[in-house]
Amino acid sequence: MNGLSLHRKIEENTGLLIFGILVVSAIGGLVQLVPVLNQDSLEEPTSNTRPYSAVELTGRDIYMREGCSVCHSQQIRPLIAEVERYGPYSRAGEFVYDRPFMWGSKRTGPDLHRIGGKYSDDWHRLHLLDPRAVVAESIMPAYPWLGEREASEAGNITAKMRGLRRLGHPYTDEEIAAAEADLEGLKEIDTLIAYLQLLGTNFNEEEETNE
Amino acid sequence: MTMTENTIYQDRVTLRLIQFAVVWAVVAMTAGVYLAAELIWPTIDFGQFWLSFGRLRPLHTNGIVFGFGVSALMATAFYSVQRTSHVTLFSPRLAWFCCYAWQLTVLLGGLSLLAGWNTTKEYAELEWPFDIAIAVVWICFAVVFFGTIATRKIRPIYISNWFYGALIIVIAMLHIVNNLALPVSLNKSYSLYAGAQDAVVQWWYGHNAVGFLLTGGFLGMVYYFLPKHAGRPIWSYRLSVVAFWAFVYSYIWAGPHHLHYNSIPEWVQSLGMVMSIVLLAPSWATLINGVMTVSTAWEKLRTDPALKFIVLSLAFYGLATFEGPMMAIRSVNVVSHFTDWTIGHVHSGALGWNAMITYGTFYFMVPRLVGRELYSTRLANIHFWMALAGTMLYIIAMWAAGVSQGLLWLSVDQLGELSFDFKDIMSSMTPYYLLRLVAGLVFLGGTVLMAYNLFMTMKGREPVAVTPPPVAPAFGVAS
Repeated sequence: MNGLSLHRKIEENTGLLIFGILVVSAIGGLVQLVPVLNQDSLEEPTSNTRPYSAVELTGRDIYMREGCSVCHSQQIRPLIAEVERYGPYSRAGEFVYDRPFMWGSKRTGPDLHRIGGKYSDDWHRLHLLDPRAVVAESIMPAYPWLGEREASEAGNITAKMRGLRRLGHPYTDEEIAAAEADLEGLKEIDTLIAYLQLLGTNFNEEEETNE
Repeated sequence: MTMTENTIYQDRVTLRLIQFAVVWAVVAMTAGVYLAAELIWPTIDFGQFWLSFGRLRPLHTNGIVFGFGVSALMATAFYSVQRTSHVTLFSPRLAWFCCYAWQLTVLLGGLSLLAGWNTTKEYAELEWPFDIAIAVVWICFAVVFFGTIATRKIRPIYISNWFYGALIIVIAMLHIVNNLALPVSLNKSYSLYAGAQDAVVQWWYGHNAVGFLLTGGFLGMVYYFLPKHAGRPIWSYRLSVVAFWAFVYSYIWAGPHHLHYNSIPEWVQSLGMVMSIVLLAPSWATLINGVMTVSTAWEKLRTDPALKFIVLSLAFYGLATFEGPMMAIRSVNVVSHFTDWTIGHVHSGALGWNAMITYGTFYFMVPRLVGRELYSTRLANIHFWMALAGTMLYIIAMWAAGVSQGLLWLSVDQLGELSFDFKDIMSSMTPYYLLRLVAGLVFLGGTVLMAYNLFMTMKGREPVAVTPPPVAPAFGVAS
């Protein structure tokens, strides 16, 4: 049976066609995904990386809700210009508690992976509420509602932390029990700032390079 | 259901899907134009959360891909699978369910994005309840489509149906694997994958949503509507066989080129880059097949707006499938990644290829479906030039913006210090963004013209009853 007559069989048989497409299209994915999903080093946190606290996690989920990642990446590439502009390049181990990853694909605004600690909380507050009050040229939207809404109402924090624990994030019973109290009295903007201030700070360059 | 409805082609559902697709095109492109304006005048969201860039942008992309794109794919698949199988749709009721359930999913999903239900995985932003709804409708789509093929009256399965078939199967696989997540409430779930692993899974999905939905599915349109409209058989059957399997095999590897120099293993990046370049061969095999098919029917281009759209879409298909592999080369990607070049690339595909070929098939199908000449050929010709001008202007603006962004970001002086401030580079984008806004408005204007033209053509008409023609004994199914 030559190639063409084999193909005639496939093109006259619905089941064979479906089966053929399934097998042929699956190969590339299997070769790439199976090793990556089984590579333990990609799940190994860098020495200072820890799960997000109740406040930071709430802030991160607000970052997702507002779609910040469509304009801000969180991924510093190992290029001279990027390291100079943003700080040490990103390591896989810094993202092991990121579900989903937040690397982004577009930098309309600057990368935020190492934004933590670069500006004061007050700067961030002003900037989120009225970006052009701080950076005249900014084209970022203003987020006035973040200063009004209660952080405790931005999702069920206990359910979220329980869920993440089931996925392997090492939260203790105490941390989960205290989560609601941690959010008390905070506005959404406070949690978002806590998240931004954490970004990229749990990385110790000396320690990483000495390894 | 009467006997006659069982023996004629089910075209009412096709017509309805075309109407929905046109509505989605106008809605989602309007959102796109508004987003373009927000990048110039950031205060025009008026402090309203639902107009905020970060929430409106996923509505724009999802509205185009899932609202406009999938509705158009379902419409053309239902239209062509019946005519290439010489049989009426398998389970018309299920086809109607697909039509309305899909519109409802996209509508509610779009509203949920404005409400901030957002997983942030690109082109998979919808939260888990919608992911389940999409999977259910998709399986029904598969049953209708493959059911029709399985009950066909003609022995070979025509080539366009392989591409639609690949669309249905591979998108189901990608959608399910990428969206695996643990729900913690109705509007919130956490991905089963984290960090670098999640990134690799997401771009395996993201790139192949482009591959099998925006490329594979729309190639189904090429293989049916181009030969049909040119009145010529496909130039090389053998080439289409080779191109199909090479396409299905090689596309799926290319995802990691979205993650060059990111925190993923280098071998994955390199493999993704090499396979992206390999992909040029099957992509252009179809391009050559399409152009050669039409090459003895050029004179039709002078008079027929539908064929113009289809042929021009092939040119942009060729451009985008060349540009893609080039941008997947790591040393080019260093410049293009994270810039507006990516946005330009996406739109040369989405406007020049996907929208144009869809418009061509709509101008082809609607007059035939309702048994009446197109309301205005002149308007359709104006639309053609607006679509072409809008697309070119858009791409050129974003190329210029993207290349300068990329180079300026990377630029360091003799002492190794950064040459430019980020915000100065950002401010220098305004002229390009203005140009892009104009381009978007021109393209949207053309689409509105088409909506009017098609509406006037359909107005007051029902689909004509078409009976499947008899099959020549040599090609018939033994029954």
